[in-house]
Amino acid sequence: MSASAMVTVSYREAMRAAIREALLGDERVFLMGEDVGAYGGCFGVSKGLLEEFGPERIRDTPLSESAFVGAGIGAAMGGMRPIVEVMTVNFCLLALDQIMNNAATITHMSGGQFAIPLVIRMTTGAGRQVAAQHSHSLEGWLAHIPGLRLLAPATLADARGMLALSLEDPNPVLIFEHGSLYNMEGELPADAGAVDIERAAVRRTGEHVTLIAYGGTLSTAMQAADELAGAGIEAEVIDLRVLRPLDDSTVIESLARTHRAVIIDEGWRSGSLAAEVSARIMEQAFYELDAPVARVCSAEVPMPYAQHLEQAALPQASTVVAEARRMVGGG
Amino acid sequence: MSAEQPLERDHGLHLLSQMLRVRRFEEKCVELYSAAKIRGFMHLYIGEEAVAVGAIEALEPDDAVVATYREHGHALVRGVSAGAIMAEMYGKLEGCSRGRGGSMHLFDAATRFYGGNAIVGGGLPLALGLALADKLQGRERVTACFFGDGAVAEGEFHESMNLAALWRLPVLFCCENNLYAMGTAIERYESETELALKAASYEMPAWSVDGMDVIAVEDAARRATAEVRGGMPCFLELRTYRFRAHSMYDPDLYRSKEEIEHYKQHDPIPGLTGRLEAAGLVTAEDIEEIERSVAEEIEVAIAFAEAGTLEPVEDLERFVYWEGTTA
Repeated sequence: MSASAMVTVSYREAMRAAIREALLGDERVFLMGEDVGAYGGCFGVSKGLLEEFGPERIRDTPLSESAFVGAGIGAAMGGMRPIVEVMTVNFCLLALDQIMNNAATITHMSGGQFAIPLVIRMTTGAGRQVAAQHSHSLEGWLAHIPGLRLLAPATLADARGMLALSLEDPNPVLIFEHGSLYNMEGELPADAGAVDIERAAVRRTGEHVTLIAYGGTLSTAMQAADELAGAGIEAEVIDLRVLRPLDDSTVIESLARTHRAVIIDEGWRSGSLAAEVSARIMEQAFYELDAPVARVCSAEVPMPYAQHLEQAALPQASTVVAEARRMVGGG
Repeated sequence: MSAEQPLERDHGLHLLSQMLRVRRFEEKCVELYSAAKIRGFMHLYIGEEAVAVGAIEALEPDDAVVATYREHGHALVRGVSAGAIMAEMYGKLEGCSRGRGGSMHLFDAATRFYGGNAIVGGGLPLALGLALADKLQGRERVTACFFGDGAVAEGEFHESMNLAALWRLPVLFCCENNLYAMGTAIERYESETELALKAASYEMPAWSVDGMDVIAVEDAARRATAEVRGGMPCFLELRTYRFRAHSMYDPDLYRSKEEIEHYKQHDPIPGLTGRLEAAGLVTAEDIEEIERSVAEEIEVAIAFAEAGTLEPVEDLERFVYWEGTTA
């Protein structure tokens, strides 16, 4: 490997660099959404892109989620490579008809005649005291839908690298950016580029228990693993990265080593992605398990505003640690 | 008012033939539905043929069509083969959507026919995107988007009107106003029943047309597509009426027999025939010849569907994700 210089970047900057690279590399790529242009993106991701690429390719839209998401689908069918930004996953409910009934469906419903090479980016998750209409993690709902690919970049490398192959995918790809990650800073090689959008990743190896997380809960899992290490428990941490189609094999291989799993999911527990992963472990690795799979999810309430209540509703590292210790102690 | 140009024999016969293709095809569909060859939801266009025939007549071959679940006529007129449509309704592999769509989801990439959308209003944003792609790539094409009066009550309609006008997208919006959103009369669900006013309020040319007069529809569509090619979306309210129930399940209890009979007096097919006859442009033999040719086309289509094969069940999960260009 060539020694590339390391540069300090934020998650926001990594995402922006990915979008900029896509715009420079392919005339068919354009970005549209609410406040992506003059405002610079609700979370600052597209700052400066309007000035560089102009209003044809950085398109501010009306507050019409259904129309501009649907227009993204049509533009993709018409030969473009649109990146549609929806401010938050809660707002994407206003475009759910287009996502479900058109984007995810037309390829199959037409007997395979039409590709939908569309990328939809949206912010997800809680932790910023923005209450019950801006804080939810609905990835699990969307992961229910065949025909979509769902990605949850939780690291700088993924923020920088997942977009490139998403734009090459002939199917609709939804990218969930956890709101608490935008300010995360770290080092990336100056020439960091495309990363795979197929596989989960082992972020830390360990032999006693597997902590399975994605998006905003990866840092929770890593923090829990640090604490567990202090108690002599070596946790393996898996970052799911791809929420649909799920990469079962990385999870099952890890379970074959650790025999215990805790799933950390910011979605509500009932009908969650955590439930799906748990079911797959039961189906595929039942006899590997030394203990029932544990789930640490969000409390089943609309996200409250008050900080102490919001934190109480969210998965906490301390809960993950307690679950892992109980499991290992009882193993 | 109808055609400014004098009606020519060949063109008149062509329009008549197109309307009869749709009418006779669907009459046969009713028989086949009763015989359980066609299942699921099926929505007939009988009575409304002048709309699709007149509007699509104004399109060029590389223009696009986005339609609704009442789209057999649009697909036929646009050039999707009767056999592929019939096979689709039979659920056969040889159908235009490989049997995965059925009556409501006819698709055909070759003729740029983008469905067959069964979510009321759901096709409008899609049409915007197709038009946006054309605009961004410098292609002078029109996307014709058909939808019913019921769609006007949907949020997607208003979002789409605004965005199309704001971005000057080359879309021809064809609102097929048959006066009913399924079983609810327009006066009972719209505060403003002059639908063109709604589109006009978004700053695009919009007007109403007698949708039972194929010549008037074609004339309006030609004027409208000229506007669209000039860089402005356009809205046509095509006032029409369906002679049959909403779908095969509908007992049609919400409108009077007298009302239906009244509109049947304005049937677009005898309407055009009468005009052609009055102008001395058509003979009984001409009409016989068209009927014979249409009957033959439908017979061939049914034979094609009957002879079609079923997709192997092993292929059930194919095409959920794109597999590349199909042959």
